[in-house]
Amino acid sequence: MSDIILEALKINKDFHDPVTVRVLTDINFSVDKGEFVSVTGKSGCGKSTLLYILSTMDTDYEGELLIDNEPVRTKKEAQLARIRNEKIGFVFQFHYLLNEFTVLKNVMLPGLKLNRYSEKEVEQRAMEKLKMLGIEQLALKNANRVSGGEKQRVAIARALINDPYIIMGDEPTGNLDKKNSEIVFDIFKRLAEEFNQTLLIVTHDQGFARRTHRIIEMEDGRIIH
Amino acid sequence: MNFKLILNIAQSLLLARWKQTLVAAIGVTFSIAMFITLLSFMTGLNDLLDGLILNRTPHIRLYNEIKPNKYQPVNLTSEYKDHYNFIQSVKSGNSRQEIYNNAAIMQALASDKRVMGFSPKITAQVFFNDGTVDITGVINGIEVQAENKLFHFNDYITAGRGPDLSKVSNSIVLGKGLAEKLLADIGDMVQVTTAKGERFQLKVVGYFQSGIGEYDKVQCYASVSTIQKLIGKTSNYITDVQIKLTDVMAAPAVAKEYARLFNVDAEDIQTANSQFETGSFIRTLISYAVGITLLIVAGFGIYNILNMMIYEKMDSIAILKATGFSGRDVKRVFLLIALSIGFSGGLVGLLMGFIFSSAIDQIPFNTAALPTIKTYPINYNPVFYLIGSSFSLITTYLAGLFPARKASKVDPVIIIRGK
Repeated sequence: MSDIILEALKINKDFHDPVTVRVLTDINFSVDKGEFVSVTGKSGCGKSTLLYILSTMDTDYEGELLIDNEPVRTKKEAQLARIRNEKIGFVFQFHYLLNEFTVLKNVMLPGLKLNRYSEKEVEQRAMEKLKMLGIEQLALKNANRVSGGEKQRVAIARALINDPYIIMGDEPTGNLDKKNSEIVFDIFKRLAEEFNQTLLIVTHDQGFARRTHRIIEMEDGRIIH
Repeated sequence: MNFKLILNIAQSLLLARWKQTLVAAIGVTFSIAMFITLLSFMTGLNDLLDGLILNRTPHIRLYNEIKPNKYQPVNLTSEYKDHYNFIQSVKSGNSRQEIYNNAAIMQALASDKRVMGFSPKITAQVFFNDGTVDITGVINGIEVQAENKLFHFNDYITAGRGPDLSKVSNSIVLGKGLAEKLLADIGDMVQVTTAKGERFQLKVVGYFQSGIGEYDKVQCYASVSTIQKLIGKTSNYITDVQIKLTDVMAAPAVAKEYARLFNVDAEDIQTANSQFETGSFIRTLISYAVGITLLIVAGFGIYNILNMMIYEKMDSIAILKATGFSGRDVKRVFLLIALSIGFSGGLVGLLMGFIFSSAIDQIPFNTAALPTIKTYPINYNPVFYLIGSSFSLITTYLAGLFPARKASKVDPVIIIRGK
């Protein structure tokens, strides 16, 4: 259990507009394979900002980030897109499905982009993921025709499609009611415990965080715990 | 690599906004259709107007100009060679208008590959005697068959038959305007007096209408042999040789060569009718300018619609990027959307352009000046279709490029956090 999937080394970040404000200071931590980690803290403590740096989408920072022991700071936009596609799965607070497509197609898209499997196989894998999350009956529905809780489960299925090293979530339950939050949490827990999936979830829900394996607590841009 | 996937995404985005897409495509269709129609009609009209003169103008005309001799005796004597000689009151000599040795010239022309055809001609000034009035006229002696082949002679015969000129001896085709002045019907005899004072009776076998009124009041046609009889010359007397070339652009160079080779004056069509080329050039230029302006306007339409689509689809672009699509992929999606609008709109536009121009081609257009024209002229030149289709693709590509670049630069973090 000592394989390091994600490692942050001395990450600092400033916001420059309108005046320079340091939002992250000297962030050092690592995530091992199979860990279920939550990042908590008050609103504005920089936890989401950190997540977007870790996700490679935000490239404006100092320090070094290693994903699968590979430094990513100097990589080009297209290479980072490839890393996101292959190694990282995302679940956002708002469900962000593509409304032009069916649920199944939404799940398939990153798989088709990766182009590791044929279209047939990607479709089959997408169906498996949907089945695993208990929403296979929604497969052929349009993405804007399913409920909020269901959308979030579709988003999780999409995050899983390329068997990523790590799944990142930004308040994945922040927009859901109690029942759906429970369902989503149970899915994460199952992924971590049954499938040994690495998870890094940003949340301000203390109840959610307390039940994960490890809590990283942030305050004023620093990790305090 | 992922082309099929990109295509699939582009298609879905297109279909999700099919009404806007349709409006953009109709913009392209309309502009291409108008471009094709405008150019077909304009150049059809140009060809018609140019044809009025140019169809009946030889590419090169060989003749002997009446002019003062360049080589005056005083300049030729060695005694005054180093002097500057002023000669006053120089007159044109009695050099003949006849083209010397014309049989050999025509033989040489017949074997020249650049020459499409040629026809000999004699012009004679005459008076038509109508009661007490004498009307001046010019009779052109022509070889009817050659003249018809090269200059569409029979097209301009509005009554009677052109070929009768060579069959009926002492026959004449009168210009329409002249025939009206003389009140001469077909089959009537008209009396002419030549410049030398001899009188002849000629039988009218047809009317000729060129479309240029002044011309028709003066010009008449008869066979070469009739004219030779009329002015009392032998059967090898020819004053003009009219030549058509396979390549009209070569006319100036060939004319110079013939002038030297045959020792005659040679006038090429470009020199004789330069104003026509200028006119058609400017008309064509204006048509192209209007057509291309239409296309650019359609391009702006596409630009607007794509820009709007990108604002609407910010979330989708962000999510595509977050899940591993690079900026280049996103750019391709939007370029593909623009190009498919341009392609489909352009294709329908070409078809509509063809239909519009065919419709104009059916509208009756009768004018006394143009006896051979029954409907509006249309030029179905495939080059217009080629230009139209390539321009529709180029403008839509450019119109798509800027919004697509913008889409590729969308920062997913800002979109996702902004909620």
